[in-house]
Amino acid sequence: ETPPSPQAVFVTAANAQGNAAPEPALSPQPPVPATARDGGYGLGREALAEEIAAWDIDIRPDGQGLPAGSGDVWTGEEVFVEKCAACHGDFGEAVGRWPQLAGGMGTLERKDPVKTIGSYWPYLSTVWDYVNRAMPFGDAQSLTPDEVYAITAYLLYLNNVVEDDFELSDESFAGIEMPNAEGFKPDDRPETELAAFAGDVCMQGCKDDVRITMRAAVLDVTPGSDTPDTDVAQDTVEVESSAEPEPADDENAARTDAADEASADQRPDPELAAAGARVFKKCSACHQVGDGAKHRSGPQLNGIVGRSAGTVEGFRYSSAMEEAGANGLAWDHETLAAFLADPRGYIKGTKMAFSGLRSADDIAAITAFLEAQGD
Amino acid sequence: APDPAITELQPWMQYLGDGVDARPYGSPSRFESHVIRRNVEWLTADPVSSVNFTPLHELDGIITPNGLCFERHHAGIAEVDPSAHRLMINGLVDKPLVFTMQDLMRFPRENRVYFLECAANSGMEWAGAQLNGCQYTHGMIHNVQYTGIPLRLLLEEAGVKTNGKWIMPEGADASAMTRSIPIEKAMDDCLVAFKMNGEALRPEQGYPVRLVVPGWEGNMWIKWLRRIEVGDQPWHHREETSKYTDLLDNGIARRFTWEMDAKSVITSPSPQAPILHSRGPTVLTGVAWSGRGTIPRVDVTLDGGKNWHEARISGPSFDKSMHRFYFEFDWDGTPLLLQSRAHDSTGYVQPTKNALRDVRGENSIYHNNGIQTWLVDERGEAENVEIS
Repeated sequence: ETPPSPQAVFVTAANAQGNAAPEPALSPQPPVPATARDGGYGLGREALAEEIAAWDIDIRPDGQGLPAGSGDVWTGEEVFVEKCAACHGDFGEAVGRWPQLAGGMGTLERKDPVKTIGSYWPYLSTVWDYVNRAMPFGDAQSLTPDEVYAITAYLLYLNNVVEDDFELSDESFAGIEMPNAEGFKPDDRPETELAAFAGDVCMQGCKDDVRITMRAAVLDVTPGSDTPDTDVAQDTVEVESSAEPEPADDENAARTDAADEASADQRPDPELAAAGARVFKKCSACHQVGDGAKHRSGPQLNGIVGRSAGTVEGFRYSSAMEEAGANGLAWDHETLAAFLADPRGYIKGTKMAFSGLRSADDIAAITAFLEAQGD
Repeated sequence: APDPAITELQPWMQYLGDGVDARPYGSPSRFESHVIRRNVEWLTADPVSSVNFTPLHELDGIITPNGLCFERHHAGIAEVDPSAHRLMINGLVDKPLVFTMQDLMRFPRENRVYFLECAANSGMEWAGAQLNGCQYTHGMIHNVQYTGIPLRLLLEEAGVKTNGKWIMPEGADASAMTRSIPIEKAMDDCLVAFKMNGEALRPEQGYPVRLVVPGWEGNMWIKWLRRIEVGDQPWHHREETSKYTDLLDNGIARRFTWEMDAKSVITSPSPQAPILHSRGPTVLTGVAWSGRGTIPRVDVTLDGGKNWHEARISGPSFDKSMHRFYFEFDWDGTPLLLQSRAHDSTGYVQPTKNALRDVRGENSIYHNNGIQTWLVDERGEAENVEIS
């Protein structure tokens, strides 16, 4: 027999003394809801038509919200290759783990279905709305309506919904039906699951034997499974400025000494470089550094300090950046500082969407960090 | 031998510690520096549009500390200046309105505790056991006390027209996140919240103001809330068509699967929280929640489901909030197969993973609330497994 809970003992004792039983301690005070006031509160002010126009950019499946404009497949290809292909690939095939935008037809019933605009998205309005509100990644709401029409037309072409002579406009929009428009149904859990997953449950002798059918360890994809937490823990200590520095263990001490000795002359201030590593998080959506760094929407930046502008192989620069390099611009402390403070002011026409670093300390730190990266 | 922790003078017994001016905003003990959100690098293309996970295995009670609430952003953390933040209500209303943060502070507020679970929580486990640790398998959830304005009060201030059947909240970040929500839910229990656990929302949780959509998938809880449009139909935007739809075996996808089904997980012992002591008294604990009500009961098994025991729920039981359960037992040092099974106040019982797969197949990604199994070996170490 299980002993009575402390709560039950308390209630019994109180009753024995002839007192009223107290309210159960676990039941919270019933909340008193906030209620509306007759005629409202009169707070806020009326939104102006220009203000609503500035923010009300959403598009619906019936085309409500679309601005006047148009764009064709070939214009769309140009814009897409310039602004989207770094992540999504020239043909919507995707780079790395960025979303694949085209293909995947007929895969929805298979293992590992490929869900793209063509194979999965039910409405064209969703493409227009999303490109317009959130793309290019890191430079949202910078596209003109005609560019969005053109990109959307190119995406339809990549998905074999239209031919290469197609032009999408607010008028031709309604004529497009997406291949998977009929592929959705409302939530049917109330009919298919809720009743089936309810009722009495077995508590004793429910199975004769139990076999293990699958183990996560076989895949071994859990982060830090072999070296638990050391990196993360050190980062935390570093960021927390009030904490005393942890005494370095022997191995760490040895590694640091060796590195210092090897490059004591030319090496940038390691503390400044470490601060720069934190600032670099602002850049890392588009730029990679270090071993195996690859081009993303921006070029990889290994060895950038000391190099001519616009010259890393395999990256498609803006013509403005290439010209600047051809005219003798090289990245040193001074030029980097000027560029990072105001990228689009310093090189008019650069593809770099970043608005610039306001703090001179951040610029010095990030320069030290970049300088510490090898080629 | 005598314990040196007793017989030797420790530095903190001898020397003075920090004064009251040293830590004006406190942080946890440095001995707790391992208790942090973690992400899974291979999961997404970039940490700016990604997710990290609440360290459930290190927590107790029902409230998640603000700095440990998992994060999911689609364009990084917007650092919004509250003096430049506006909330607009437009669309099918009598009078479109703009509120400053100061305006919002003058509306009546309520305090309520709710869980927020990402619909993709446990999504990596659809096809089988994959990640070792409840932080990774179940950590896209947090449970917070919100202070906020009932959304109904703000909508009534603008006056919803009779054909206003849906709302579309929109975020101020660079993804301008949007979702469609039926007006009934908006008028029922949604909050426009500005405080979490008593303090201002953290930037990563939508500072200065976010939407709270109790019991419904986390993606709908728009952060950095800047606009609410009222309309007569849903918008079918990206997050409710290409994402957050549940693809079934036959190639048809469910949409508008808003409610989070009842679910539970044992947080200790678990792969990141092994049993570190020898046989004898052992505390098993975990959390349970339901998007449809409270959790009156949780069962646990130590032998892979041959026999079940009713766990003890401790702490407040709020509607659509996380519940904490315990089961104390004497471990005999032999391997264990641990599972927990939540019952919610509607009578729904958390299904096995295979029961879910029988209905949905393995391609759904979202809404995986199947029963989790941990294998604990003779050394007390735990592993994520599936069983017959």
